[in-house]
Parts: sequence; C-alpha cells; structure tokens
Amino acid sequence: MQTPWIPFIPPSASTLSGQVDALYFYLSGVTVFFTLLIAGVLVFFVIKYRRRSPFEIPRPIAGSHKLETLWSVIPFVIAMSMFGWGAQLYFQMYRPPQNAVEVYVVGKQWMWKIQHSTGQREINELHVPVGRKIKLIMTAEDTIHDFFVPAFRMKADVLPGRYTTQWFEATTPGTYHLFCAEYCGMNHSGMIGSVIVMQPSEFDNWLSGNAAQQSPAVAGQQLFQSLGCVSCHGANGEGGRGPALVGLFGRQVFLTNGQTLTADEAYVRESIENPQAKIVSGFGPIMPTFQGQVTPEQLIQIMSFIKSLQTTTSGSAPSGAPSAAGPSPKAQVPTAATASSPANKQ
Amino acid sequence: MKAIETFETPSAARVNYINAQYGLKSWLLTKDHKRIALLYLGSISFFFFIGGLYAMFIRLELLTPQGDLLSSTTYNKVFTQHGIIMIFFFLIPSIPATLGNFLVPLMIGAKDLAFPRINLLSWYIYLLGGIITIYALLAGGVDTGWTFYAPYSTTYSNSYVIAAGLGIFVSGFSSILTGLNFIVTIHTMRAPGMTWFRLPLFIWAHYATSLVMILGTPVVAITILLLAFERLTHVGIFDPATGGDPVLFQHLFWFYSHPAVYIMVLPSMGVVSELIANFSRKNIFGYTFVAFSSLAIAVFGFLVWGHHLFVASQSVYAGLVFSFLSFAVAIPSAIKVFNWTATLYKGSISYDTPMLYALGFIGLFTVGGMTGLFLAALAIDVHVSDTYFIVAHFHYIMVGGALFGYLGGLHYWWPKISGRMYPEGWGRFSALVIFVGFNLTFLPQFVAGYLGMPRRYHAYPPEFQVFNVLSSAGASILGFGLLVPLIYLVWSMRYGKRAEANPWHLPGLEWRTASPPPTENFLTTPIVTWEAYEFAPPEETRVVGTYKEEATLGDADVIINGKP
Repeated sequence: MQTPWIPFIPPSASTLSGQVDALYFYLSGVTVFFTLLIAGVLVFFVIKYRRRSPFEIPRPIAGSHKLETLWSVIPFVIAMSMFGWGAQLYFQMYRPPQNAVEVYVVGKQWMWKIQHSTGQREINELHVPVGRKIKLIMTAEDTIHDFFVPAFRMKADVLPGRYTTQWFEATTPGTYHLFCAEYCGMNHSGMIGSVIVMQPSEFDNWLSGNAAQQSPAVAGQQLFQSLGCVSCHGANGEGGRGPALVGLFGRQVFLTNGQTLTADEAYVRESIENPQAKIVSGFGPIMPTFQGQVTPEQLIQIMSFIKSLQTTTSGSAPSGAPSAAGPSPKAQVPTAATASSPANKQ
Repeated sequence: MKAIETFETPSAARVNYINAQYGLKSWLLTKDHKRIALLYLGSISFFFFIGGLYAMFIRLELLTPQGDLLSSTTYNKVFTQHGIIMIFFFLIPSIPATLGNFLVPLMIGAKDLAFPRINLLSWYIYLLGGIITIYALLAGGVDTGWTFYAPYSTTYSNSYVIAAGLGIFVSGFSSILTGLNFIVTIHTMRAPGMTWFRLPLFIWAHYATSLVMILGTPVVAITILLLAFERLTHVGIFDPATGGDPVLFQHLFWFYSHPAVYIMVLPSMGVVSELIANFSRKNIFGYTFVAFSSLAIAVFGFLVWGHHLFVASQSVYAGLVFSFLSFAVAIPSAIKVFNWTATLYKGSISYDTPMLYALGFIGLFTVGGMTGLFLAALAIDVHVSDTYFIVAHFHYIMVGGALFGYLGGLHYWWPKISGRMYPEGWGRFSALVIFVGFNLTFLPQFVAGYLGMPRRYHAYPPEFQVFNVLSSAGASILGFGLLVPLIYLVWSMRYGKRAEANPWHLPGLEWRTASPPPTENFLTTPIVTWEAYEFAPPEETRVVGTYKEEATLGDADVIINGKP
C-alpha cells in the first residue's frame, strides 16, 4: 500500500473520507493563498519602502474604513463557507443511518474489546465488510479513550459511563490503523490495532470461520433472567410491576415528573444503574440499583436483548432471533438516539 | 508636527533604577515595577530553560518509531511537564509580567503601577507556585498531560497530580494580581493628556489581557480544587464510577484554558503593533480597529471553549454553535494581520532585529491562525483533533506568535531595560535561525497529523518517522537559535554599547526618559500633547537632554557588575 513518495493524505477508505479530504483541500487552498498573499505583500513592502535615510519620516496614513470593512467582510464570508460545509459534513458523521449494523466497542487500559451483533468477539481488531453501514456503540471501562481510524477520517471519544456512537461505510478493502486518540495513561501509544476491511463474501467466510459465540442479545437474555429482571419486567419484557420493555428503544417515555424523553442507551443504562433517577409514569420507585453488579459489556448485552424485543411481536420468545437476523438491516434506533443527543442531558 | 523631547531631568538622574540601591535585599524587597519585571525575567527564563530541556527529550525520543530512549511512563511525564512549565510558568507570565510590568507605567507616564506591593506579592506567589511545581517534578513527576483530563487525573494516574495542580493553582493568583494591577493602573494613572485613544496599542492589548486574566483564572483555580477534592476524597465529581461527569471537567478546564491562549497571544499582538509602527515610522493603520479587535478577541475568547469538545460526546448542536463562534473570533485576528501589513505601506522600514521578529510573527501567526480554521471546521476537526495537526497549530500560535512577540519586544526594549545595546548582527542572525528552525520543526507535523499520527504517542508506526526526523532536526536548529540571544543578552549587560535614552528615535513616552530610567520613571510628570505613533521630522528630533553628556560614564557599569 505504501506509495514511493511521501503521502500527504492517509488512505481513503470510507464513503465520508473523500468528502473530508475535499473540505481539507479547500481550506488548504485558502490557507496557502492567504499566507502567500500576506507574505508576498509583506516582502514587497519591506523591500520597496526600506529606510533610505536614518531620520526620514513618512507621511502618516490614518486608515481607511472602506478597506478595513472590505477585509473584515471577505474573511467572514470565506469563514462562513467553511463553517457551513464543515457543519453539514459533521451532521452526516454523527447522525448514524437507521439501517446500520451495530458493533459494540469497549475501551479499557490499554485494549479495544469489540463484539459483533452476531456474537464474534475481537481484540484490537475490527473486521468489517465493504459497502455495509456499520454503527459503533462505544463505552469505556476506566478512563476516556478515543476510537480513531484515520482511513475513515473519523474519531469519537469513548467515555466511561456513557455511550457514544460513530458510523462509517467502508469502501476499499485493506488493513487500516486503529488508534486510541485520547491520552489514557502509560501504554496509550500501545492501544492501537487495525480495522480490516473485506469484501462481503470474504467477510461472511470470516464470520462463519469464527464460530459464532453467543450473540450479545442471547447473553443479555440470560443476564435478564439471572439478575432477576424477569420478576418485574416479564420474561419477554412484556412488563408487570415494572414497565414493559418491548419496543422501548426510540420510543417516547413519559416520566412521573411530567418530563418526556426518547429512550436510548444512556437512558437505559441510567435506569439500570440508578433506577430512581427517572421513574416511568404509572410505576413506583421499587427497582434496586444494579450499579457495580453489571460490567459495561454486560450492560451492552442487556441493551442488545432489549433491542431485540423490538422486532419481535410481543409474546414470542426472542431466543436466537437477533442472531438469526444477523447483519441484515435492523431499524432499531429510529432517531439519532446517541449518547450525545440533547434529550438525555438532564 | 512636534519635536520629540525628553523631559528634563537634573544630572542627578544618572542614578537609575538599577543603581539606585544595592544588595540582594534591595531587589527582594523592591516595590519598583522595573525591578520586579527583572525578577520575573530571571524566573521565567529559568522555567523556559527547563521546559526547553523537556522538549529536547521529546524530540530525541521521537527520532525513532520505537519507544527506545525513555520508558513510556517517563515519556508521558516529559510531555506533561513540558506543557505545564511552558504554559503556566513561561507563556502566561511571559510578556505581561516582564515587558508589561516594565512598560505599562512608562508608556502611560506613571511612576509605578497602582499597587506596587501587590506587584511584588504577585512575583512571590508566582515563585511559590513554581517551587511547588518543581517539587512535583522532582518528587516523581506528573503524567496526566497538561490538560489534566478526568477521570484519568482523578482516579487512575499514579503521579503527583495534586502537587502539580497546587503549583498551577497558586501561580494563578499571581496572574490575577497582575491583571488587577494593570487595569487599575491604566484607568487611573495615565499622565495628563494621555487619553484612551493616545494609548500605545501595547497598553490596549495588556488591558484586554488583564480582563481575561481576572475573569478566567478563577475558573481554572476552581477546577483544580475540584480535581484535588475528588482525588483525595473520591467524591464523584468527574469520575462516572462514583457518579461524576468527565465531560464537565473538560468544559471547566477549557473555559479557562482557551481564553488562556489569548493571555499568551494578545500581549504579543500588542508588542507587534508597537514594532510594526515604530520600525516603519508609521502610525498603525486603523488604530481604533486594532485597539478594539483586542477587546473583541478577549470577549469572544470566552465563548469558544466548546471547540475542544467536538469529538468528546458534546451535542452536535452545541458543536454547531461553538464552531460558528470560533470562526467569528478569527475575524478580529485577521483584521489585525491586514492592518499591520497595511501599516508598512509607504513606511520607512528598518531591518533591525525586533522588526525581523515582528515580520516573522505576522507570517507564523497567519499560518497558526489559518490552521485554526481547520479545527473550527467541524468535520475536519473530527479527523485531526488529538493528532499532531493540533500540536503544530498551537505551536504556531504559542511559539510563532507568543514567543516571537516576546523576543521581538525583549530586543526592542532591551536598551531601555538594561541601558545597553545588544549586538545587532548576532540579533539578526539568531532571529533568522529561530525562524528557519521553528518552521522545520512544526511544518512537517501538520502533514503527520493529517496522516493520522496521534499526539502523546511514545511509539508510533514507522511511516511517520520521516516527519519526526525533520521535526527533531528543526528542533535542534531552533534550540541553538534560542541559546544565541540568551548568551549575547547576558553578555551585553556588561559589554554592550551604552544605549541612548532614545536609540530608535521614537515618540513613545518610554523613550523620553533615560535608559535605564530613574526609579520614579519621570522626574516631572509628563504632559502628553501628541497622538500615539506621531513621529517627529528629523530636523526637529531632539534626542534626550538628560543622558547625552552621560554617554561615557560608568555608573551603570558598576551596578551591573554587582559592585557599588
């Protein structure tokens, strides 16, 4: 993959990377133009108006409002074009499409633990197929990390106690760097890995070669039973003393305090770890906290189970259903219900 | 046009602030703003040297992709301490506490700052903060990065976080006191006739800087207290494991630390305004635009902290607002650059060392500012944040901007401060070396950053090596270039040619008193009847009544040698 000359941009391997490069080239062009313009004018003036006799006093010029307005307005207009373009692209980057395949990422000092929704686990490696939208749902076990793939031109911080997301659609097969980009302690520069982009057929081989471990949804269902959630929320999340969980994700939830919110990962996590924070209207504050009893990975599994309740009609058991659905498009998170959406910042 | 005249001082005025009193005590208990400026000059030079040593280790380590010179723990401490020392103990006090302390009263025609004792207190507080920080470094160091991000700093770091934080906390008060002193002095102690719009732009810049110091520094103090409190008691403030919010820390930290960038660069802009005007003998093109742009930067600077959090799980809508405001704050800076350039038009431009630094500043600040737009543009920031692109960008602002302004100012006012001229040839030579070395160090880092090399990496993939070798080569040139002024400035204090009161033939008030000035700055209160940068025609230039006949005497000589 190495080019013989020194490259100026990293390999481009996602649908958005070319767009980021285009904006980068635009800004680079403007920067080079203005830097050369100013340097050129500076050098020209410095030579042309050099001091010719030691005591000469040039005629003072007070200024020119016309000129000053001109060179306030022109930079402003150029700056706004950069702002608009950058913002539009940013919204694309942080608004995951609805039909993306979910992959779970947990960062810890100093490794990346990754699990596919079909159950395959990886460490410091992420295998993805070309042409499929992948949404990463990420959290950290200890301190803040950052999942950075230069070839995709994307990164997002991975925080303890929060779920952040990013999405991409790979375009070119190859092996690309994965870096931790938020300083996380001693072995920060060793918290690296690779993203391996494969053709869909190869990817399917890879999936089947990695005999599917238990899918997160199934593991979540087991946790749902072993932790005793079933006694209030029902064996299949149909509800009881606790609110029903079927179809929860993305749904509007009405709280006893009169507030309304859209259920997302952050809300569900909070309801497990600190159940008293937001009580669903019509229910009592009877749920005990599970803080410290479930690891971030187990939380992800429980959520995955709750999400799997979404697609099944109420009553039918979800066993195996989510893994059978596999990487096919699942409309599970209809809104931009990410950890960063304003709705969950209470 | 009026002639430049100096205020008559009797011949007793050959007693100046340096030889007015002798002995260590006369320095350590001085209330003279000029002496305090020299105390600061000595201490920040010391810290600059320490910070530079750390930089040297960073560049040596990064010569090779493997982490082979230092252990990763040591490397993490080295870059952390480089940042802490350079930012809190060199850049923030650099221009305000040395040049500002020396020149604010001189430029407005005052005898001293409004609160001379508080001024001395601020130096002691700075020193105390410095000593605590040095203790933290010697006791075992700190490895959190200069940004102290939680929960790493509150829960996971096994280093002297509280001691280092305490050093910064304490030294912050010296900043607050300096800012307070400047604001009161500028409001109340201007000489008769020195109206607001006759103030040199250096004063406007220091006024704006002081506002930021007073309003911003308390926030970082509170942040450090909360951090220490959580580290000691494990009460959940920032660590989610105990119910805290790690992003809250980043908001608080950058609410101070982004404006802090303007504490570093605004005074430098003030210096450059002086240099450009005075070395081209032209009044600043659009004085009011430049003066108010300093205030605009100080105010807008408080509203852009969120651009450090574009990838930190901040809401996309907040990102949108902060991106817009970050672009907006770029406009006053752009106005300054254009106005400086326009000032040169039809000027009488000299190529003295300070002017070389000023021209270098404009070029480097333009690159630094324009690359800031990349980071304000949301989608590009996502790719380049926390990479070497950022490292290159802020070094262009802090070294290319703040340090170049500081060095230019130090050379420009050196005759006034020391009473001696520095060797001009060496001055120009080192300015050129520093410019070349600086660009070679940091230009390649833009490329490495866009290619994806993350910052704070002890070891890195081999394809980035070529950029790091270039950087390290540039850093050695830069380091050499910075040693040269250190040597010749110290040398010139004893052997330099004696400076006249007004060696550059300029109208500013500070040039109308002796070099070095007497303790009370002006023996009679000056009355200002001229505008800022109103240059007098040559035939009317009467230079310095007071010190002409003293050009041969040796008083200053004796003092500088330290013997009465």
